[in-house]
Amino acid sequence: MPRRNDIRKIMLIGSGPIVIGQGCEFDYSGVQACKVLKQEGFEIVLANSNPATIMTDPEFADRTYIEPLTAEILHEIIRRERPDALLPTLGGQTALNLAMELHERGILARYGVELIGATAEAIGRAEDRRLFKQAMRSINLDMPRSGSAHSMAEALAIAETIGSWPLIIRPGFTLGGTGGGIAHDAEEFRSIVTRGLAASRNSEVLIEESLLGWKEFEMEVMCDHAGNSMIVCSIENLDPMGVHTGDSITVAPIQTLSDREYQEMRDDTLKVMRAIGVQTGGSNVQWAVDPDTGRRIIIEMNPRVSRSSALASKATGFPIAKIAALLAVGYTLDEITNDITRATPSCFEPALDYVVTKVPRFTFEKFPAADSTLGTQMKSVGEAMAIGRNFKQSFQKALRSLETGRAGFGADGRDSASEALSDEELAAEVSRPNPERIFQLRIAIKRGWSEDRLYELTKIDRYFLRHLTELTAFEDEIADGGIFSDPALFFQAKEFGFSDRQIAYLTKTTVAEVRQRRRAAGIHPVFASVDTCAGEFAAITPYYYSTYAETDEPVRDRGGKKSLMILGGGPNRIGQGIEFDYCCVHAAAALRRAGYEVVMVNSNPETVSTDYDSSDKLYFEPLTFEDVMAIYEREQCDGIIVQFGGQTPLNLARELEEAGARIIGTSVADIDAAEDRDTFRNLVEKIGIRQPQSGIAHSVEDAVRIADEIGYPVLVRPSFVLGGRGMVIVYKEQYLRKFVAAAAEAAEGKPILIDRFLEDAVELDVDCVSDGSHTVIGAILEHVEPAGIHSGDSASVIPPMSLSEEMQEKIREYARAFARELHVKGLMNMQLAVQHGELYIIEVNPRASRTVPFVSKTIGVPLAGIAARCMAGETLQELNFVKEVRVPYTSVKEAVFPFVKFPGVDIMLTPEMKSTGEVMGIDHDRGLAYLKSQLAAGSALPSSGNVMLSFRDEDKAAGLELGRKLDRLGFQLYATLGTSTMLWNGGIKSRAVFRISRGRPNLLDLMAEGKIDWIINTAEPGAEAMADEVRMRSVATARGIPVTTTVAGAAAAIEGLTDQREFGRFEVCSLQEYHHRIASHRW
Amino acid sequence: MSYNWKKMRERTAFLALADGTIFHGWSFGAPLDTVGEAVFNTGMTGYQEILTDPSYAGQFVTLTTPEIGNYGTNPADDESRGIFLNGLLIHELNAPSNYRSQLALDELLQQRGIPALAGIDTRKLTLHLREHGCQKAFLHASDEPLSEAQAVEKARAWCGLDGQDYASKVTTDQAFSWNESGDFHIVVLDFGVKYNILRNLAAENLRVTVLPAHSGRDEILARKPDGVFLSNGPADPSALPWAIENIRGLIGKVPIMGICLGCQLLGLAAGAECGRLKFGHHGCNHPVRNLATGKVEITSQNHNFALQPGSLPDSLEVTHVNLTDNTIEGIRHRREPAFALQYHPEAAPGPHDAAYLFREFRKLLEA
Repeated sequence: MPRRNDIRKIMLIGSGPIVIGQGCEFDYSGVQACKVLKQEGFEIVLANSNPATIMTDPEFADRTYIEPLTAEILHEIIRRERPDALLPTLGGQTALNLAMELHERGILARYGVELIGATAEAIGRAEDRRLFKQAMRSINLDMPRSGSAHSMAEALAIAETIGSWPLIIRPGFTLGGTGGGIAHDAEEFRSIVTRGLAASRNSEVLIEESLLGWKEFEMEVMCDHAGNSMIVCSIENLDPMGVHTGDSITVAPIQTLSDREYQEMRDDTLKVMRAIGVQTGGSNVQWAVDPDTGRRIIIEMNPRVSRSSALASKATGFPIAKIAALLAVGYTLDEITNDITRATPSCFEPALDYVVTKVPRFTFEKFPAADSTLGTQMKSVGEAMAIGRNFKQSFQKALRSLETGRAGFGADGRDSASEALSDEELAAEVSRPNPERIFQLRIAIKRGWSEDRLYELTKIDRYFLRHLTELTAFEDEIADGGIFSDPALFFQAKEFGFSDRQIAYLTKTTVAEVRQRRRAAGIHPVFASVDTCAGEFAAITPYYYSTYAETDEPVRDRGGKKSLMILGGGPNRIGQGIEFDYCCVHAAAALRRAGYEVVMVNSNPETVSTDYDSSDKLYFEPLTFEDVMAIYEREQCDGIIVQFGGQTPLNLARELEEAGARIIGTSVADIDAAEDRDTFRNLVEKIGIRQPQSGIAHSVEDAVRIADEIGYPVLVRPSFVLGGRGMVIVYKEQYLRKFVAAAAEAAEGKPILIDRFLEDAVELDVDCVSDGSHTVIGAILEHVEPAGIHSGDSASVIPPMSLSEEMQEKIREYARAFARELHVKGLMNMQLAVQHGELYIIEVNPRASRTVPFVSKTIGVPLAGIAARCMAGETLQELNFVKEVRVPYTSVKEAVFPFVKFPGVDIMLTPEMKSTGEVMGIDHDRGLAYLKSQLAAGSALPSSGNVMLSFRDEDKAAGLELGRKLDRLGFQLYATLGTSTMLWNGGIKSRAVFRISRGRPNLLDLMAEGKIDWIINTAEPGAEAMADEVRMRSVATARGIPVTTTVAGAAAAIEGLTDQREFGRFEVCSLQEYHHRIASHRW
Repeated sequence: MSYNWKKMRERTAFLALADGTIFHGWSFGAPLDTVGEAVFNTGMTGYQEILTDPSYAGQFVTLTTPEIGNYGTNPADDESRGIFLNGLLIHELNAPSNYRSQLALDELLQQRGIPALAGIDTRKLTLHLREHGCQKAFLHASDEPLSEAQAVEKARAWCGLDGQDYASKVTTDQAFSWNESGDFHIVVLDFGVKYNILRNLAAENLRVTVLPAHSGRDEILARKPDGVFLSNGPADPSALPWAIENIRGLIGKVPIMGICLGCQLLGLAAGAECGRLKFGHHGCNHPVRNLATGKVEITSQNHNFALQPGSLPDSLEVTHVNLTDNTIEGIRHRREPAFALQYHPEAAPGPHDAAYLFREFRKLLEA
């Protein structure tokens, strides 16, 4: 049956900001869906609050609403747009939950909007634990003994019935398992159940028998409304049950099941689809298998595209989201052609002749107080995927793709901490799932621990343990040095995935030496294509991975075009995420339009850049010198672009250039000059702008001396890192000593920078683009939070709120001067601060910044694409971007944090970036734009109710003003004793509340009683924050009570609430309409 | 555990294709030299079922999935009484890790005297066979000195599978009963039958008797069957004129179902022609459309020969079509109760999507 013609306008919901559990995989799925549905002639209405996504680019939809993802706002959009259908299965759990809410509230029925892709009944059956169990029982599937509870009493009764520890607790309707956990005793049980009930949208937790240590599998399945269904990809977890699949190392296809077991699992997977009632689209089903008996239990199913679907798409070459979108509008699987072969239909099961490994990327270094033990609640922030001909190769490539400094499976000199563990400590670590465990296993193997012992400690399947053991044993073969005289052995080392860096470490020589000897021995990587069919049919789409084998896929002719390579950003992490993928994808699109062939290299399966549609040639490879250079040489590229992928490609730039690669755009030397303190200081002096006093320390003593010279407080940070890793503000020498030691570790031997900290300064970001002779400003962004909070964590506003025209003009002049002096060709970001009317330069980065997508969305100009074409030699004049765009509205970017995943961690903002994602609020009214950004970020500020106020002494004057406004808005005020007194003296009544440690009722009691709707709390940043306050903020976060931690933030919020009172309700408006107003606005 | 990588690499072995291409690796299983036809299979599971499928008699099977041996072998997964293929070609061999495993793959092959080659670039071999078609080949895994040129010569000198009667080599020598009781009695003509066909028939509550391939029409009818099943089997149907003749005499006398070689034989008996595919269908992922329902089944496939689309007589109609290359995957007699599938509804290895066809056979018996 072909395309449905009874629907014309389709609404899609994105997944909102990047959070743990929902990464940029939903941008990938959304982009695929938007593209293909637009091609099919549908009118697309898109709602997503995340400006960093590619899908929210105005060309992907007819109407793009960058608005908060709440049912109320979606109601407004539906009222305005009257779509015929809503496709809710491509925007993660967020979209699915919102679609259900719209359905339950009768909004869809009222406006005649049809849910396509999945019916409300099917979603309900998959998501509601009780209905799910019923459905599974009806098809005779084995289930864990369990029960679902809506209260503590019910929960305890269930625990008693099951009668054994440990027990798994899972809240209903959440993503990434927020609020879940494993309880080993009654006390743990109570605490996790409490948390889970609070986190669940329907106040429900599932309690079940533990399947800890069982093997875990996943099947990605597609079906159409004609009843055809198929498995796209099967996945096996290396980490057994007990670790969230998002935090597990996973392998595709399944390796340890015989055909009989596999096919039975496949049969049951298809039965699950039918029992749930999934009519079309992609879903996944997760299974646990008892390794001793083969007893198989269903864990869960998702009736939507998921993180694993993105992984499966990249692992197989099968575009799940694109096909799911086509199926939702009426097509059947056999009607859709396989893009990769273009000769066979999409209705088939991809065959892999390689092994895919995915490894999660964690950022516990950002949250030292968080527990790094992995459990059923997802904690990783990103992932890397690698493809290899065999498991060993794929596994080692995946580990070196993580960009955590590892060169593969150990053998790189990075394991001294694990090596120092005693046997007991090591055994404890190895049996505790944690991010380092895989490397700790290698140390255990090196100590001669038997396969049986390792199996008992980890329950990792022996198939994997043996590969790990063989890799470890092979290190000795390499270390013996014989490798250089035995080409067959050398080849085998490469076939096993050992990187040149590992071989250099093991043979105690340099990487350059290994590389030279390897090439002399004629050992080069070859490239194979990801063709969906294990070579049975010829692949049309050039999607490659490297391996060591005999046959090399011929280099595809580029038809006389020049070839440019774009290096992606690798796995998502805090400080480097989707914003950079956005830039890479834009650059690729712009260069392709300009007639270049684009070669994309990246290792992140969640991204749009690793869609084979995004470039002319896609190489799914680790972003290391060895891997990238091999591709550059094979493709004979005319240049490499390093300024769009964040810090990752920049770190490779010098080595690539030294090996003869041509870096285009701003030169490596100029990028370094901006990064190097001394050259930069000279530049600053030449340009004549002020810079906070600073110094470079190579030791703790150095640091103390410098700080004494420039005066406290100081900002301490390592050089050459993104996201403010290890960065702190220090007020006293004793803390300085402590932090310099910590920072030295983060900087990996590079020097420590010490700057004078500008207290109470306004921070600014400027993004601009230059063609080498002309520079045009993208936008000046003013931060809401004061200097001292990482720019990535701060809300920022376009146009600036408090800067005079004169000051703005000065800033523009400086931007042009820096761009000129640094010979910028491409993007440049500049950070400044204004203190007491004086302008200071903080830093200049001649590369894409995190704010490029936000600025581009605001001004309606694709800055990254323009920059890419400048790098390729065009001028801004030719590209018709000659003048800064002024916007007749306000747009606010707000950061989104993962604190809810890390109970007990302080949510206070510091110079170290902690946010995982961002949202944008846009409105003609500044206050409403800010309020929208807060709403979108998940902290829905109340328009009435009880506010708790607590200000540090420095903020009390400003706090009084805020209290007065809140009082006027009709809020009931609560305050700590000091703040309450201050308010009283100013003539404002409030109820005094004890500090947590000083008596009762205190704030915790009030929160527990549900009496607090909003907390405004400013505290001294950093480690000096009171333990009480940390606890208060963390409890509030867990309970979903909005917490505002700066005076500026609170002031902006109150402005918004005041405006909201005036306007009544939020108005929604599409980006296309906003951009249209830029042109028509008369200043 | 110690790993003697060097020693492993010393067990060198190679495959020589008739066109002169050589694939070097190391030997496992039985250290023997032998000829065979090189084919590839893209299934990601089921090496044991492939090994024990008699249809592979005379062939070297290249497994495109790289990690092999992972779940070991066990008697329950055997598809016949032995291993009839001539050799196994793989990328990487692993020790078993599965609670059902009783014997490692290496040991199984040693016991059964089957040579195997590991460590080769299986993708290169696969692409080569895709481009140049299935090839006669020689596997050198013994310690006897043999040059590459000699091996190529031996490959070329071999007669190959075309026109060869391999069914007679793999069929049972004695009639035997698979399932003693059932609503209907089915006689299975064994051209190399897979046990899972017999299991599926038995699961439909059919009494199943297996007869040697050469059993004559009268011999078959003397067993008073309610239905006759034409099994899968190796090599070239045109080499079995006796079987074709035999089947011609059965059409209309008794309901017939055929699979794979059985499908080709039924077609030939009704007057269709059969030809060779360039590199055959071997895998678990081919989409096949059931023309009656329009639904697509993901199927298990293993054949080099197929009925020629234009050659079907009026008495036959096509019931199933392969969506990747439009080849005939199922036929039915328009007047008589007889149908057959080119692919493998019994799976093993592969998806169970087409298992309903055994029920269809039962319905035919009930009618």
